[in-house]
Amino acid sequence: MQSPHLHVDDLLDDDNVSILVCTGAGGVGKTTTAAALAFRAAERGRHVCVLTIDPARRLAQAMGLTELDNSPREVPGIDGDGSLYAMMLDMKRTFDEVVEAHADPARAEQILANPFYQALSSSFAGTQEYMAMEKLSQLHSDADAPWDLIIVDTPPSRSALDFLDAPARLGSFLDGRFIRILTAPARGAGRGLGRLAAAGFGLFTGILSKILGAQVLADVGTFVAAIDTTFGGFRERADATFALLQQPSTAFLVVATPESDALREASYFVERLQQEKMPLGGLIVNRVQDVDQELMTADSAAASAEKLEETSGAGNLTGRLLELHAGRLRIRERQHHLTERFTRAHPGVATAQVPALAQDVHDLAGLREVGELLALARET
Amino acid sequence: MNETLWPGVDLHVVSGKGGTGKTTVAAALAMALARDGRRTLVMEVEGRQGIAQLFDVPPLPYEERKVAVAPGGGEVWALAVDPEDALLDYLEIFYNLRRAGSALRRMGAIDFATTIAPGLRDVLLTGKACEVVRRSDKGAADAYDAVVLDAPPTGRITRFLNVNTEVSGLARVGPIRNHADLVMSVIASPRTAVHLVTLLEEMPVQETVDAVAELREAQLPVGGIFVNMTRTPMLTDEELSQALQGQLPVSQINDALASLGFGDNVATIVETLTQEGVDHAQRVDLERREFTRLDSLQAPVLRLPFLSGGIDLSSLYELAGELTEQGVH
Repeated sequence: MQSPHLHVDDLLDDDNVSILVCTGAGGVGKTTTAAALAFRAAERGRHVCVLTIDPARRLAQAMGLTELDNSPREVPGIDGDGSLYAMMLDMKRTFDEVVEAHADPARAEQILANPFYQALSSSFAGTQEYMAMEKLSQLHSDADAPWDLIIVDTPPSRSALDFLDAPARLGSFLDGRFIRILTAPARGAGRGLGRLAAAGFGLFTGILSKILGAQVLADVGTFVAAIDTTFGGFRERADATFALLQQPSTAFLVVATPESDALREASYFVERLQQEKMPLGGLIVNRVQDVDQELMTADSAAASAEKLEETSGAGNLTGRLLELHAGRLRIRERQHHLTERFTRAHPGVATAQVPALAQDVHDLAGLREVGELLALARET
Repeated sequence: MNETLWPGVDLHVVSGKGGTGKTTVAAALAMALARDGRRTLVMEVEGRQGIAQLFDVPPLPYEERKVAVAPGGGEVWALAVDPEDALLDYLEIFYNLRRAGSALRRMGAIDFATTIAPGLRDVLLTGKACEVVRRSDKGAADAYDAVVLDAPPTGRITRFLNVNTEVSGLARVGPIRNHADLVMSVIASPRTAVHLVTLLEEMPVQETVDAVAELREAQLPVGGIFVNMTRTPMLTDEELSQALQGQLPVSQINDALASLGFGDNVATIVETLTQEGVDHAQRVDLERREFTRLDSLQAPVLRLPFLSGGIDLSSLYELAGELTEQGVH
């Protein structure tokens, strides 16, 4: 079964597309793909901003990301009229900036010094996803910004779905009833609780104090009281960005490798996008075994190798090269089989298969090469 | 059989970059350690049910289940630990509060507590592993000879294991502090080994090198480096260096192929095979360079082969056999 071909260049050249989100399981090459697409789009004349989350050191250096100032910097060395800006997400700093932008200086200082805030902004599960969304919405709403296309890499979480779910989860946690209960005495909001609920509340805070210590609860209470008066619900902010991702000007690119785990994750994500009515650009399958499948079959290559061994004895170079070829063909067959399973389940999804690279990207020339491979990528 | 690599270790923590096969290695390690009548437990903490898939059993509950029989009659057990359940255990052991705990759980309060303090979550997970490990000290009937923990990836492993630092912001005194101290007395001791799974590629090797430095800095015991999915070079060293220099004997390949009757197509095939030989030589060269970097880490390096057919229960036996041969027992 053939899936439609994903024409990466068409997507990059489309002026109606202003946000591209690269997502997928951990270790599939999302960051490199995002960077290579950004570089290619820039060299095709667009003004691009790429938001990377946790790039490998060399890739960061290749894009000139040596300073961590949480704002995009122009990447030199782009051919043509386009431009490229790149940044690496600093989640704590992004959170600090949200606080500073919405609270008066005295209150902001109070929030930033709160121990619970410090834990929340630096080590909370979900904060990275939440801040990636926040940064994306900032980059998007910046009217003076020179870019017309934003390419986002998503955090390296266990599941690709975390990118969509974590912000709402964190939002409803922060706006949730337990947080309200903890801050209730301070605001008198607990008065409406019935006797039963009040008893449950006592048990709840009692146990939490035992496990976490009373100070932690007090810190949470002060933090929530402080943010509550300064800016709207966290949940609303997350919801607004979520809605932005449903716009037709957004396209999701799901990245995978031709392995069952990564493709299963890609499947979940594709289904979820459909459910959320979010626009899917296509599937990029990285690290595909590159081999000419027209010359001979794996079996005939292996048989020829064996025949050579019989006639010319073991230790025959040509025989070994034929075995090598047979091995590559077999890996390719297996990969084909796995991607085909995906295609059968999601027949309409445009797909690009990208051959494995000999080594990691170290410089702009490497990024350019990956961009070319993405554009040339064949269908299944 | 050669000497055992980690004498006295009964807690094996397995970490690695995403995509390196961390869970597969953890399962194979539990299998190898269970050989010849021993009993091991492989624990999962990230709620992905990867262990159940590997052993081809239904999703694991929060309960120890036997999942496989090891060569020579040993037993491999498995447990998927959930932080909420671990907290209920904790409440029961320290406060005798199981019923209140269950009520709080229905309210969603347990989830709230583990969310509010992510450090708490890690202490509960590592705490469960330590509880299981310490059973053998008391000679308990449900004790294991070894526990293998399929831990979070390398980027988070030091923080995950270093529970003392994790709870220091949480509680300076009190039961959770004592609990963390108890956990550290196991994890930072010679009875624990933290293993790292990697591939012979630049990024995973770099993460491994960084993780080893971090773990040592935090005085956590580094165990072995497990190089997964290794492939044997298909060419001799001489041929590999010829290929790297672009000097493979083209006419010899041409003659051999002609003798096989490939006829008209020979020129194209020669070109393809030669190019693949060069690619292969470059790949082997890169892998050898990366291997040298791992070799300089002063930790035992173990190799596991690439299995072209994918991973299933039978391949776990194969990988466990490879580990046994390299001194895991």
